Parts: sequence; structure tokens; C-alpha cells
Amino acid sequence: MRADPLHKEKPDRLYMVTGGRGGADEPSLDSVALIVAESEPSPEMQSEHAAVLRLCARPTAVVELSAELGLPVSAVRVLLADLLDTGAVTARHPAPSTVREGPQHDPDTLKQVLLALQRL
Amino acid sequence: MLSNAFERTRPRQTWAAPGPTDRHPLAETVDSALKIVIVGGFGVGKTTMVGSISEIRPLSTEEVMTQAGTGVDDLRGVRHKRTTTAAFDFGRITVDATRVLYLFGAPGQKRFWFLWEQLFTGSLGAVVLVDTARVEDSWYAVDRLEHHGMPFVVAVNRFGPGPSLDRVRTALDLSDDVPLLECDARRRESSRDVLITLVHHLASSGRTTAKDPT
Ligand SMILES: Nc1nc2c(ncn2[C@@H]2O[C@H](COP(=O)(O)OP(=O)(O)OP(=O)(O)O)[C@@H](O)[C@H]2O)c(=O)[nH]1
Ligand SMILES: [Mg+2]
Repeated sequence: MRADPLHKEKPDRLYMVTGGRGGADEPSLDSVALIVAESEPSPEMQSEHAAVLRLCARPTAVVELSAELGLPVSAVRVLLADLLDTGAVTARHPAPSTVREGPQHDPDTLKQVLLALQRL
Repeated sequence: MLSNAFERTRPRQTWAAPGPTDRHPLAETVDSALKIVIVGGFGVGKTTMVGSISEIRPLSTEEVMTQAGTGVDDLRGVRHKRTTTAAFDFGRITVDATRVLYLFGAPGQKRFWFLWEQLFTGSLGAVVLVDTARVEDSWYAVDRLEHHGMPFVVAVNRFGPGPSLDRVRTALDLSDDVPLLECDARRRESSRDVLITLVHHLASSGRTTAKDPT
């Protein structure tokens, strides 16, 4: 089942979902940070939060949440900020890296990537 | 205005038709994600490459960018903070029990080029796709990647007869150490070979976290 509560909603809905926050001013999670649910969705929860928790029963990248929920990445980041605050989800690989710092990889990672590609 | 953000861009490709996705969740053990970005001019085959090599049906999403006072909108004389919505697509390849690789197809339209820099952040490296009919479209990509010190390879997506690789290297003013190869983005083995070339390049260019004795 596609967790897809927002597709048919009006634009105002997104404003409500994110409480009017969001966009480039938020300190941002990496687009491939892996989000993991740490608790079950509960009935009193905002439905978008519950949808995130369901999707994140297994580790799920921020961009995949965005695609599954039909919400822009920036809106998903806002939802996640709430859930991270309350500990309902955790993020793996949360460290923001910059191009200048260089990629966060080591020779072993490159070797494993190479092996994975060769298996394709 | 956040409401702009709601104009969802549906996947344009037939293989990414809207509808319930058959999700393929990652294994519980996966704890780190890597990314490689595919850039290049409009219609050069970025989405095709993501699709040919991804192990999941490629997904499409969008990012909303706020531009405050500078950038593209400024050129149009718009004074206020504006948002731009850029669609991009991505796929993924499982590396091992703990690692997954994401491939991003950057949006190709000129007005989105400035957004690439955001996608570069945290990437292992990049693939620049070139259409030999419009080599100059890729010049900007090469320039930006060099500016950011992001390692990259250049792949000529052959749509038909065109100039030799040597001429492409000259036209793009590529230094000798940048790998340049041909590909057919529609073919999985060909796209895979491009990525393998990139990973070899990353390994040899020494941009790793390992201690370098020199
Ligand atoms: N003949 C040929 N056609 C190709 C090749 N790669 C892609 N195409 C076609 O070229 C068209 C554009 O490809 P896309 O993958 O959408 O290009 P893109 O770079 O993602 O385009 P934008 O995202 O709009 O910039 C599609 O119709 C593809 O089927 C190729 O290697 N050879
Ligand atoms: Mg595309």
C-alpha cells in the first residue's frame, strides 16, 4: 500500500502539515539520511507522522519518504524534525557533510561499491 | 510560498507510472547511504541511466528551493524571496548488508542548474553525461564540478554518429586525468561500466578518509 494521504489535498494542506515552516532556512537532514521508526504510530498522531512511522519500520532514506508520501523533500524534513525531536524516529548517517569536507568514504566502502556494481 | 511546493511533478516516464509503488524496503541492517549524482544538459539521458541501473523502479520527487535575493529570479527582476520546485529522480543499488548506493538524476533544464550544487553535497562523485550534438551544454557541469573539487567522469551518451572522444575532451577542456568514455544509457551493462569507471577514479584520486602518508 502506498502511504499517500496527501495527494488529493489542496495546497493549503501542505502549509498545515508543516505548520508553515520549512524550506531552505531549516537545518537540513541529508537527502539520503536513513530514517528508522522507534515507536508505533498512534491514533492521536498527525496522519503524516503516522505514515512516516509506518514507512520507516525498515530504514528509509529521506528522498524515498518524499517520493512515497508525495511531498517535497523540504516538507518531509520538517515532518522529520518533529519526529526526531520526540524520539519517535532516529536517523542513521545523519552527519551533514559538505563538498569541501570531501566525501565520507573509505577504501573499503569503495571496494564494496565496486563489487556490488560488478555483480549487476 | 510553500503552496507552490504542492504542485507535484508526476513521473514522466512510462516505467514510473503513478500508482501504488511496490516498495522494496532496505534491510534492517543498512546503516549508511552513499550517493552518486548524474548531471548533464537537458535530455541527455540522465533519467534513462538511473532507470537502467537501479534495482528498484526509479522514484521521482522534488525539492523546493528558496532563493533569497540572489540567483535566477533576480535576473528577472523579482525582488522577493521565491521558491523554485525542481523535480529529480533517483534509484538505488544495494552494496552490502550495511550500505546502499543512491543514484540521483539531476534536473537538466538550465534554470535548475544552480540546484545541482545542493545535490553534490555529500556525494562520492558525479557522472557528466554528454550529448555530442550539444557538447557545450555539459561545459557548465564540468566547470561546477571542478569548482567544487568533486571527482567525476564524463560519459558520451551516443545518440548517433558524432565527434571522437578526443574531440570531446578538447571541446570540454578536460584534463588528462578525467576519465572519458562512451556509453548507451539505455543499457544496464553500459551504465554499470560508467559507474565502475567512476569508482576506480575515486579510488585512484585518493579522496578517501584513509591516512595518506604523502
Ligand atoms: N538513441 C538514444 N536515445 C537515448 C539514449 N539515452 C536516452 N535516450 C532517449 O533520450 C530521451 C531523453 O532521455 P532522459 O533520460 O529523459 O534525459 P534526461 O537527461 O533525464 O532529461 P532531463 O531530465 O529532462 O534533462 C529519452 O527519450 C530517452 O529514451 C541513448 O543512449 N541513445
Ligand atoms: Mg531527467
